[in-house]
Amino acid sequence: MSLHEQDDPELRRAQEERLRAVWDSPKGLFLKWTDTNNDAVGAWYTLTAFGFMLFAGVLGLLMRAQLAVPDNDLVEPGTFNQLFTLHGSMMMFLFAVPMFEAVSIVLLPQLLGARDLPFPRLSAFGYWSFLLGGVFVSGSIFFDVAPDGGWFMYPPLTTRTDLSGLGADIWMLGLSFIEVSSVAAAVELIVGVLKCRPPGMRLNLMPLYAWYILVVAVMILFAFPPLIAGDVLFEMERLLDWPFFDAARGGDPLLWQHLFWIFGHPEVYIVFLPSIALFAMLVPTFSQRHLLGYPWIVLAAVGTAFLSFGLWVHHMFTTGLPKISLAFFSAASEAVAIPTAVQIFVFIATMWAGRVIWSTPMLYAAGSLAIFVIGGLTGVMVAVAPFDWQAHDTYFIVAHLHYVMIGGTLMPLFAGLYYYWPLITGKKLSDRLGRIAFWLLFVGANVTFFPMHLSGLEGMPRRVFTYPAELGIDGLNLASSIGAYIFAAGAALICIDLALSPRRALAERNPWNAGTLEWLAHPQDEHWGIRSIPLVESRYPIWDQQDFMRKVDEGRYFLPDAEEGRRETIVTTVLDARPIAVIRLGTPSWKPMMTAFALGGVFILTTYHLYWLALLSGIATLAMVLWWLWTGTAEIPEKESKPIGHGMEMPLYLSGSSAPGWWAMFITMMADATAFSGLVFGYYFFWTKHEDFPPPELASAPGVFWPMVALAVGLAAWLLTVAARECNAKGRIGTARGLLVAGIAASMISGLAGIAGPWTTGMEPTLHSYPAIVWTLAIWTSVHAAIAVIMLGYALARSLAGKMTPRYDADLRNVTVYMHFLALTTVVTYATIGLFPELA
Amino acid sequence: MKDERPRTKERVKVTLWTLIVPPTTWAAHFLFSYLWAAISCAKVGKFATFPTLFVVGTVIALIVIAASGWIAWRQSRVPGDAPPHQDSTDVDRLRFLAVSTMLLAGLSFVAVIYTALPVVFIGNCR
Repeated sequence: MSLHEQDDPELRRAQEERLRAVWDSPKGLFLKWTDTNNDAVGAWYTLTAFGFMLFAGVLGLLMRAQLAVPDNDLVEPGTFNQLFTLHGSMMMFLFAVPMFEAVSIVLLPQLLGARDLPFPRLSAFGYWSFLLGGVFVSGSIFFDVAPDGGWFMYPPLTTRTDLSGLGADIWMLGLSFIEVSSVAAAVELIVGVLKCRPPGMRLNLMPLYAWYILVVAVMILFAFPPLIAGDVLFEMERLLDWPFFDAARGGDPLLWQHLFWIFGHPEVYIVFLPSIALFAMLVPTFSQRHLLGYPWIVLAAVGTAFLSFGLWVHHMFTTGLPKISLAFFSAASEAVAIPTAVQIFVFIATMWAGRVIWSTPMLYAAGSLAIFVIGGLTGVMVAVAPFDWQAHDTYFIVAHLHYVMIGGTLMPLFAGLYYYWPLITGKKLSDRLGRIAFWLLFVGANVTFFPMHLSGLEGMPRRVFTYPAELGIDGLNLASSIGAYIFAAGAALICIDLALSPRRALAERNPWNAGTLEWLAHPQDEHWGIRSIPLVESRYPIWDQQDFMRKVDEGRYFLPDAEEGRRETIVTTVLDARPIAVIRLGTPSWKPMMTAFALGGVFILTTYHLYWLALLSGIATLAMVLWWLWTGTAEIPEKESKPIGHGMEMPLYLSGSSAPGWWAMFITMMADATAFSGLVFGYYFFWTKHEDFPPPELASAPGVFWPMVALAVGLAAWLLTVAARECNAKGRIGTARGLLVAGIAASMISGLAGIAGPWTTGMEPTLHSYPAIVWTLAIWTSVHAAIAVIMLGYALARSLAGKMTPRYDADLRNVTVYMHFLALTTVVTYATIGLFPELA
Repeated sequence: MKDERPRTKERVKVTLWTLIVPPTTWAAHFLFSYLWAAISCAKVGKFATFPTLFVVGTVIALIVIAASGWIAWRQSRVPGDAPPHQDSTDVDRLRFLAVSTMLLAGLSFVAVIYTALPVVFIGNCR
């Protein structure tokens, strides 16, 4: 179609009808929960995370009530342990991280001018996993079985089943389940930012929010998997008595601390950067000018992301590691202040250069920066090891982390709430209530947490359920408790403001006069996301491109129609956002929800040691996933290509490295490889901890033979898969199928040979950490070989069913990516367990 | 006559991967430092006052970062309009990535020196 065709109002109305029908959300009491559109899933996600935040906040208030006066007996000591553990765990795992994912699911497609993210059903799956896991973990407190070992769950307190009960399993398994949904969201967001930008939005024009989200999602890929690896080892110790953390049998509790904090420190930046990203959107709007120093923000985001992985030992300064190791981490902890400060100066410079409008969101932004800077400065203090030795595990640390989290995550989110509420609901929140709430929150936060610096320096340890009057800290604690309730009043006022919103009138479109794409949204909600996908030529197209809104609304850009009645969006190239294809998106379905519940069954049933039922649930999950993939992915389109307007014709199918699915597989496998490297780290960590590792009396197992067989046959499976891909692409379908069958057989043999090593040499995993870690590596790799069998079988079945052809070969290309990573895992595992004992 | 010199600064392909070369080098150096100290202390019980391996590793890291910063600096000077590089053109995208890489190289260079300094001051494994 040409530009002029869009002059016809009849045509435009017909297009709108079609788009509206295609993007209509499912109706009905039950059916509406099958929705996968980002505006629905994102809203549920946000509300759920907000609910968990309020719940965890109430737990905090209970703690402050208990600590208001010395020798108080409002709650039992055991209950108090559950309160602080659940408060911390929920705020981190059920609020801060999911909230960033939720907000991004809502905002990102709007920011990128996409109809939706590339895998809407994956978002829905992530949401239902999060909801189920979150209710499971938080509900435990009503049955007095909530985890009580502190949010970082240090062994041996938590691994010894005589010292800790069901709570530890609920923490490990419930939150592992939620980590799955975080990785799912990371995949979705990375592919969204890299592949679903509008034409013309090159990397240098991307909204800064998208830059931050890209960086943070990549951080999740490298931060969460070590924790997943730690969870695996932890549960193996609790359920099967494999002594990874038991010093008496060659384990080491410090291994958990390493794995936890390799996750735990980047986590701080994972929850901080998205909040700063909100500032990067609202500061230019309220300064009414372009943000200064765009590359400096990219420097700050990328630099912080990297440096944040070199900080984890600063949580372990008092564990007796050599000073030289502490000093490395101390140095990196100081260095991270540089990029953090850069972004704050960029915001100040932008405000200085513009005309600042002191709106409510700006007030929150400024207030939270003030709080955050105080937290950052105490952070620099505790990054100095000798100071930390004094302050470690005191209320000084509690004060520091709350200043960071409230200033760096919570208050910026409230700024974002006031800024983006009109985008989501079409209505503004009350300026008056918002400002009153702000001052309650700001004063409350300082009155609560500032005295904690002092009570900490006076010697009050964290996590005590009470304190004696003689310590002389009762005044400080009473102040903290009063402050906490002032803070809570602020949060309650915001809830009231939200509750009043449905009674208010609609605001005008783009009420803040912002310049970025998300403000194209109409106050009257349309589910299609964007009327036509624009050609972007500026960082602030609404400000800079002439008649931009009108042209988008009149469908004068790309893909203004849904002729085939399918949900679609445009895929572009990574660097320059050149359009390369139109992809069909997932429609509302029960499958994501049911898959999430089946997978949740695996984790929850294992918690209660119902292993057979858990196994059944696992089989159900596998069946659901296969059904979901078979019916919903890599569909062969009814025609080669379709026009998207302006004389451009785009293919409807992609495979290989330009396809979103290939990227999703690659990213998932990066996370998988990172988790694996956590386990390998465990093996070599034990080596550095022991005079002799493997211990001489155990070193003869698993021998060289079986690991080398597994290694050789595993590599053969990889080569067979690559050959199958090449033959299939050249049209030799019969040969390709034969190679796939051979690949299946080789994977099977490799997996069995991997197990045969420790099995035939009689390694007893409960005896010592050495056999335990060898078994773990062998099982991990064999399970991956088993998954390879399923995947290769899937590709073969697709070929036989005619759903995969030489032209339409995405399935096989994605499986090959998996096999590349499996080959790497195979080499590392079997070289380690087979050859390293010979060298050591 | 047209200038036919090979244009180095445009030959080197700029991608998201080249953007993260400097900080990745920092990360590799950091990991190297940590492992070097941990293994020296655990297996040898000490490290030399002038640890050759460590110095060589640090110098290599600094050279890689400086080189990638220098390439980025050259690329950031490809002719075109003045900054801010915010048009949807090839040259603006190139220069944006180049400037960002250069800034990251600066940060990474400083961070590598930060990481290396403790070895000058701390001479034992206590």
